[in-house]
Amino acid sequence: MSRTPDQIAADRARYEEHQRKGLQGAPRALPGPSAIPTAPIADPIHVETIPGGWYWSTAMEAGESLRIAQDHGPSAIAMLAWSAIDPSERLNLPDTIKVQWTTAIAKGRVLFSDMGRVLLSVTEAASSAHDGLVGGSTAASNSQKYGGDHRNSRDNFILAAGKLGLDRRDIPSALNLFAPVRVDADGKFTWREELRVVGDYVELRAEMDLLLALSNCPHPLDPDAVYAPNPVTVTRFRAPIAEDDLCRTATAEAARGFENNASHLAGGH
Amino acid sequence: MASQEFLIAAEKPWSGLVRKGQTITIIDSEGQQAVDTLFYKAGDFAERYSGQDTLRVQSSAYVGVGTKIISNEGNLMLTVTADSCGRHDTSAGACSCESNTVRFGHDTKYLHACRDNFLLEVSRYGMGKRDIVPNINFFMNVPIDPSGQMTIVDGLSAPGDHVALLAAMDVLCVISNCPQVNNPCNGFNPTPIRVVIAD
Repeated sequence: MSRTPDQIAADRARYEEHQRKGLQGAPRALPGPSAIPTAPIADPIHVETIPGGWYWSTAMEAGESLRIAQDHGPSAIAMLAWSAIDPSERLNLPDTIKVQWTTAIAKGRVLFSDMGRVLLSVTEAASSAHDGLVGGSTAASNSQKYGGDHRNSRDNFILAAGKLGLDRRDIPSALNLFAPVRVDADGKFTWREELRVVGDYVELRAEMDLLLALSNCPHPLDPDAVYAPNPVTVTRFRAPIAEDDLCRTATAEAARGFENNASHLAGGH
Repeated sequence: MASQEFLIAAEKPWSGLVRKGQTITIIDSEGQQAVDTLFYKAGDFAERYSGQDTLRVQSSAYVGVGTKIISNEGNLMLTVTADSCGRHDTSAGACSCESNTVRFGHDTKYLHACRDNFLLEVSRYGMGKRDIVPNINFFMNVPIDPSGQMTIVDGLSAPGDHVALLAAMDVLCVISNCPQVNNPCNGFNPTPIRVVIAD
């Protein structure tokens, strides 16, 4: 079963070429952060204010977008998403960061499912201060940090999933928006406050019919010792998708993900 | 001392029960082999390894001696008590046929992959795809730099390197001895590993 030196050398050369393109290509192709403030959305499908500490879920049709805006002050939002057709297909953060060679989820990136397909596109993002590694708060992390009893993302997700007909087994790793977590040279997590921007927002476009859950709780690594999450405004809307849409064309990896979406829609798997 | 030893052939799955107080030692027989690993609480598989809780509790991106393996319910499952390698990953997850098409091209779809191994193995316990969560990759080297850039690079483990974990509860351990040949997680050359469970 052992592989020949020639096979190994050929696969190594192929990987190094992928790595070179992945690391050099995307930074050139991706735009800078979205401008603040952004224009109001003229004809929204739905607007919701999620109070600090609470959760919200929605169904989104392919092509619809969601703006998540910090228009009441800083907050962190933990997010999960599932295919509405088959919720066993869901957000997969390891694939999302590994495939795109970065933990920094920025404008122009996409979020992958566990089935090699694109769940959501990050069509606008005023920062790349998001966290795909550490996850949301839990009862234990809140208790250790704040004492007392405060709402947490883990329990919020159990509630949101439960109301969607899902359960604890259906809660994957969460993406944390507006959480400037990075890894330092020693491998330790650092909270890079300077990456946060006032009035930050993201816009995510559903690339398949989705169920989506959001939890508005402070990130467990946020050094602020006071539990005081601000409300967050979410707006569902529909916007036209250009032929040369950024998220669909910026990287070879995203393009192949969208090819998998198209193949699935056409009846493949 | 009671002890059981298992040989896991290159590219194959394995699972076994580790009782509270026992130590499971994973040995990289020939070096540079990624060992994709999941843990489930015996008797309640809805409680399982959580990479995000594990990372949060230790506030470090990599797994090593002293790392507490934490469940999705916030409970201690195991503790890493020995590590002769020094670099293990729990951010990059497991290869799959589907993610390979996105990472390396559509022509890599029909290659044996870790998530197929996991699916076959957990199906023996009544579990399915929704039970396969982000895993630990013992001996896999995935440096993440301060800008967020991450790549899978050559493993650091030498032949015979090992990692040992002391179980704090009865756990089902599920392993995929990674068959990936598109990246250097196993030097593009999958090799066998050994697992020892001892009191």
